[in-house]
Amino acid sequence: MSIAALKAQADQQFRYKRLVNFGMPAVILAYLVYIFFAFDIPGLAERARMDNARTLVADSYSYKTHVTRDNRSGDVSIAIEGERKGRYAPGTSPAWVALGAETVIDLRDGHQVIFTNTGMRYDVPGYGLITAEPGTRGVQTNITGDVPDWINLSKNRLAITTAAGRVSVTRNRTEVFRYFAGWELFFFTLDSPYFGHGVTDILFGAQIDPVRSNITGAWQDFWGNGMWRHADVAWAIFETILMAFLGTMGAALVALPLAFIAARNFTPMRTARFGIRRVFDFLRGVDGLIWTIVLSRAFGPGPMTGALAILVTDTGSFGKMFSEALENVDDKQIEGVQSTGARPMQRYRFGVIPQITPVLLSQILYYLESNTRSATIIGAITGGGIGLLLTQAIITQKDWEEVSYYIVLIILMVMVMDWLSGWLRRRLIQGDESGH
Amino acid sequence: MAELTASAGSGVPHIREHYMDLIRRKRMYGGLTLAIFTLLMVSGFVLADSRNAGGFWDGILNVFDFPHQVLSEAWEKIDLLPAHLVHFFPALIETINIAAVSTLIGAMLGLVLSLLSTRGLARFPRLIPLFRRSMDIMRAIPEIVIALVLIFVLGGGPVPAMIAIALHTTGALGKLFSEVNENASLKPVEGLQSVGATWFQRMWLGVIPQVAPNYLSYALLRFEINIRASAILGFVGAGGIGYELKNAMSWGQGKFDEAAAIFILLFGAIVLFDQLSSYYRHRLTSGGAA
Repeated sequence: MSIAALKAQADQQFRYKRLVNFGMPAVILAYLVYIFFAFDIPGLAERARMDNARTLVADSYSYKTHVTRDNRSGDVSIAIEGERKGRYAPGTSPAWVALGAETVIDLRDGHQVIFTNTGMRYDVPGYGLITAEPGTRGVQTNITGDVPDWINLSKNRLAITTAAGRVSVTRNRTEVFRYFAGWELFFFTLDSPYFGHGVTDILFGAQIDPVRSNITGAWQDFWGNGMWRHADVAWAIFETILMAFLGTMGAALVALPLAFIAARNFTPMRTARFGIRRVFDFLRGVDGLIWTIVLSRAFGPGPMTGALAILVTDTGSFGKMFSEALENVDDKQIEGVQSTGARPMQRYRFGVIPQITPVLLSQILYYLESNTRSATIIGAITGGGIGLLLTQAIITQKDWEEVSYYIVLIILMVMVMDWLSGWLRRRLIQGDESGH
Repeated sequence: MAELTASAGSGVPHIREHYMDLIRRKRMYGGLTLAIFTLLMVSGFVLADSRNAGGFWDGILNVFDFPHQVLSEAWEKIDLLPAHLVHFFPALIETINIAAVSTLIGAMLGLVLSLLSTRGLARFPRLIPLFRRSMDIMRAIPEIVIALVLIFVLGGGPVPAMIAIALHTTGALGKLFSEVNENASLKPVEGLQSVGATWFQRMWLGVIPQVAPNYLSYALLRFEINIRASAILGFVGAGGIGYELKNAMSWGQGKFDEAAAIFILLFGAIVLFDQLSSYYRHRLTSGGAA
């Protein structure tokens, strides 16, 4: 080849390379621009509900206690998160609320709200005294002139938001919200005698409930906590793991014999091989979503449906992988076993299975971990396990602390399964597959 | 060996006994594992069966009822099928777009994170555990969790699904990429360092060209997985073909022809991309290396 031709070739290669180097980023950029408009990202700012985001974040680390005065009857009730299950018994109150003829509510940093017989007084440090009196003609206040932006005033409603809490006055009721950090009543609800007692109190202190011993009583009240439903949540987590386990192992059990039929070196018959392979392709192609829908029609909601959906989908994946593994086995070992006069079943058992066990096990365990995640999603669709609890909590749009609790539990569950499957893999496939 | 054992006194019988003992113990462990496994499977099955709304044995007889309903209704209205296919095609495109964009974003972020968390290549070696843990967490969060929360904040549509899948993809690909990085030769990197290249230049010119085929192969596999994920997320409200499927399904009888059309589209898309990606992956791993 002449030098000129070589040079031309090199030039051409450079041009090609330059085209690829500038062309690829340009194509990706163009695609992203297309997506930017196709997904209407400019309009996202309008649709986004930042107030939702704020409640979500605030709720996940704090809770509020409502102090409510019914302006018709004059009754004052105190309830955590305004829920019936978190209501203080009549006549009792937390330390920062003093019940009496006038209810005195101590918010933080010198903020104090007083429910009087006719309305309420709020002494805001650095601003002054605000009074409000609900009546038949709406809410009368002493606020005149410029209304600061933390006060929202209309004819029928007064809302004050300060760093210490929130006050809202309407004709029907006057409400004060005080915020606290943490998850409310996580261990015991208010009706439990153990509420407010610490761990040392319960373990080493005097008997709190005359009927039950401290540890059993505390455990019963914690486990049966009506607000957080620890027992139900634990059961849901278990159900999710059960779905993943049954689905994965069932799929492996179904796929293994089928994989022998689909492997070239074990089944000389082409049509059988072809048929089984198409079955695998079909099972995989239909996808977990469709299987979930089809199966939930027949089996109804619950963990069995989820397990079967995983089983059916993964039979396809396992079948494909197992048959590939079977095609790669070493014939020498099988021949060796055969030369000792072994029957076909013995040949499979001692010549084939030991060779493919490490591959099979590592794939099954990997799928077990990944199916824990799938089981969460399938549970949300069919109704079972922690996925169902999560969707329910999100749909009610109220208990965001429960949503964060479930999210934390789901992440922990997946990480534990990840760790467990890695540990089992290392234990069962001793060393010979290190690094996988 | 023979002399050694012979001189030990007890001789062959002793060895055989020892060997049989080992075998017995091995068999016992094997049998025990099998028994525990069987027990777990059976009790799990019974438990799941009792917790399910419909029992297993009732359900197994009715498995084909629903497909039969869908197929017969679709067959009655076969003339409408092409129109349905055309009607739902844009939704399919949206689902595929969600998968593609989230794979793209996830691969790019995963690339950066994997380089930052590979020993020998990391820009900040002390922060390696931090980047690794963050990838672990991203991988552990199921997409549906992020998607549901984001749907609440951002409203329905493709963006929550895109972000959710992209985050998960970042974690998953980041881990695979960093495993690839560990096998990359450091010689080009050292060569570049000796001429004063910055970290970015070392990675871009020294590492990426070595690992690109493997990266692409993993990203294609992930794309295939993400199409399935984005269809599922549509079902919980994130747009695309899954959302249309949910609508058709919740309508129930009378719209099963639409459901059938969506099944066909989804099945076709999954099989198509499955074949495409396995073809290209095969080319990248066998042909690309040569």
